[in-house]
Amino acid sequence: MPQLIKVGMADLNIALYPNILTTIGLGSCVGIALYDKINKIGGLAHIMLPSSKDIKNNSNKAKFADTAIEILLTMMLENKADKKNIVCKLAGGAQMFALKNSSGNNDILNIGIRNVAAVKKVLEELKIPVIAEDTGGNFGRTIELYTEDGGLMVKTIGHGTKII
Amino acid sequence: MVDIDGLNSFEIDVLREIGNIGAGNAATALAKMLSKKVNMHVPEVRIMDLKNVPDVLGGAEQPVMGVYLDFEGDVEGSVLLVMDETSAHILIDMMMGRPVDTNRPLNDIDLSAVQELGNILTSSYLGALATLAKLNVRPSIPCLAIDMAGAILSVPAVEFGMTSDKVLFIETEFIEGADNVRVYFFLVPDVDSYDTILKALGVIQ
Repeated sequence: MPQLIKVGMADLNIALYPNILTTIGLGSCVGIALYDKINKIGGLAHIMLPSSKDIKNNSNKAKFADTAIEILLTMMLENKADKKNIVCKLAGGAQMFALKNSSGNNDILNIGIRNVAAVKKVLEELKIPVIAEDTGGNFGRTIELYTEDGGLMVKTIGHGTKII
Repeated sequence: MVDIDGLNSFEIDVLREIGNIGAGNAATALAKMLSKKVNMHVPEVRIMDLKNVPDVLGGAEQPVMGVYLDFEGDVEGSVLLVMDETSAHILIDMMMGRPVDTNRPLNDIDLSAVQELGNILTSSYLGALATLAKLNVRPSIPCLAIDMAGAILSVPAVEFGMTSDKVLFIETEFIEGADNVRVYFFLVPDVDSYDTILKALGVIQ
């Protein structure tokens, strides 16, 4: 029986075949699913913020796009994944609330868009291709990464379920 | 800068008191709106690790209702009110003067009512803080979202996440007759505003 490995908010983990990685209720956060299809190794990070460099208290590496991807990749390589096989799928980065007359300097509400952009920039630097994504919008997502084939299931409330 | 991890018990008491007065004000507003007596428990201030936040309302995938607004003035930040679907249902049915039926699907009028309710509760909560600390606070028009608890709660979690690995929130229970309605307030002042509030209250110099 495959084991379901849960990744929390500002958290990351890897899984070997046949296990499944999941993270529940992504809002503006981004779920970064890395997968090596030859060795059937998956990695999943649930990041909250674009960059560890903008924040003083940055000891939790899994919280930021830049540091989380780096650690996740290292963990996968340590478990015999091969960098040249690794591809990425993304989900999340929504804007949960849209205020009409906000004070205008509310950078928090569009953090989802900025998270997705930051993640893609880091992946590009690492030369990891993004082969599928379900990002943006104004709704939450739960995702499951299957190490069997690298499929990423995206579940929502009211916006359907699909595998990307 | 106020670090949530570094708050002492006195400062937490002050925050609890703010929560108490804010929620008390909100309960009064609710009682007026319903023309009913509304009791409440002493609010609970909870400090929690980021990664456990999505599970606060009984599971990260549970559908919940969130009403969010931000504010500016002497202090800046945001308030999020969250309740589970059952609590929202009970409140809506009370507002509409109907017997409580949590299986009935919500229509547009219900959603509009719950947004208005959120508006009144969050505004009275914020108003209490402003009056208490003698601060000028201007709130935005609130916005409603119904979605997975994890996704809704990620909004304050990200705001806290900018400075801390912990989240502080206030849990309040309103009681009307046999119905208990649990409402969670997340007050997220920006970093400097924490200092301003605690200073205005004379807690720190």
